[in-house]
Amino acid sequence: MLANYMPILVFIVIAGVIGAALIGGSLLVAHQKPYPEKLSAYECGFEPFDDARRRFDVRFYLVAILFIIFDLEVAFLFPWAVSLSRIGLFGFFSMLGFLGVLTVGFIYEWRKGALDWE
Amino acid sequence: MIVAFFFYVFAAILLVSAAAVVSSRNPVHSVLFLILAFFNAAALFLIAGAEFLAMILLIVYVGAVAVLFLFVVMMLDVNFAELRGGFQRYLPIGATVGVVLLVELALVLGGWKFAPDAMSLRFAPVPEATHNTAALGDLIYTQYVFLFQAAGLVLLVAMIGAIVLTLRDRQTSRHQSIERQHARRPADTLAMVSVPLGVGMAEVSVPPPPAPPARRLAHADGHADGHADPHDAGAAHGGGHHDGGGH
Repeated sequence: MLANYMPILVFIVIAGVIGAALIGGSLLVAHQKPYPEKLSAYECGFEPFDDARRRFDVRFYLVAILFIIFDLEVAFLFPWAVSLSRIGLFGFFSMLGFLGVLTVGFIYEWRKGALDWE
Repeated sequence: MIVAFFFYVFAAILLVSAAAVVSSRNPVHSVLFLILAFFNAAALFLIAGAEFLAMILLIVYVGAVAVLFLFVVMMLDVNFAELRGGFQRYLPIGATVGVVLLVELALVLGGWKFAPDAMSLRFAPVPEATHNTAALGDLIYTQYVFLFQAAGLVLLVAMIGAIVLTLRDRQTSRHQSIERQHARRPADTLAMVSVPLGVGMAEVSVPPPPAPPARRLAHADGHADGHADPHDAGAAHGGGHHDGGGH
């Protein structure tokens, strides 16, 4: 099985080598003379107004957590689909019950307007 | 041989990035190190033969949970000066909790003993005839059906909890109300008036435009604002007209 992942390994190694070569090459070869003006943030000529670390709206969090839930639901579908021929009707309806429970949540979320961005 | 080599490579990167998660000063950096740790843990899962778990780790943890962590980090107002400010004040209770945890860890690790047959059981029981995903699928939905349904209920609770905690109705927002849009007729909003030359608005008695749809509270009684508001809207209209003339 692991032999199937050889191309990914080759890809990771090549990506690492290229990334290291670019950064390391720029460190080794390039002419570097930093001074405060050069190191300051470039923002169309004036100083940045404030910190980038501001508070997010909590609605982004809501979208992310709803995404995780449906992500997990789909993740449970994969092994079910693979072994559907062996687990019989009971396995089939067990999954339908799972999906039904989550559909209740989905209808709730739809009716509450959690899917609308306003 | 080569598998053992890559096991040590991935395990070393995993440990280093896990140490960087707890020790880096910038919380965004520690989330990024956490993602690196997830990737290496997925590689270790692959080496251990748990192919499905490796892919799920990538999809769920890297794809979703790490994003959630980033949001949480972004949502906290990370002000380091303020964080350090409470250091002296919280030092006693923090030290107490730390010592208690340390004692517990020492008790757990001190009483650690290997089971006699642990060395034979530690090999991952990979079934020979089938592959990893099918081996999971054969068991989850039938033998462990109650745990599976409980997982569904936990997800439902998480969904409802997230909505209850974070979704609040904004009074300033303007939702699209499709029923209202469809129920609206041209006769309600349009009036064709032929205006003679040289005659002002007052003489032809232009009907005032209907009031703009009120907020969601007035949703149920569409008739009520139709009846109550013409006077109001007419006043607003006249005011606007007068204003324009004044300037």
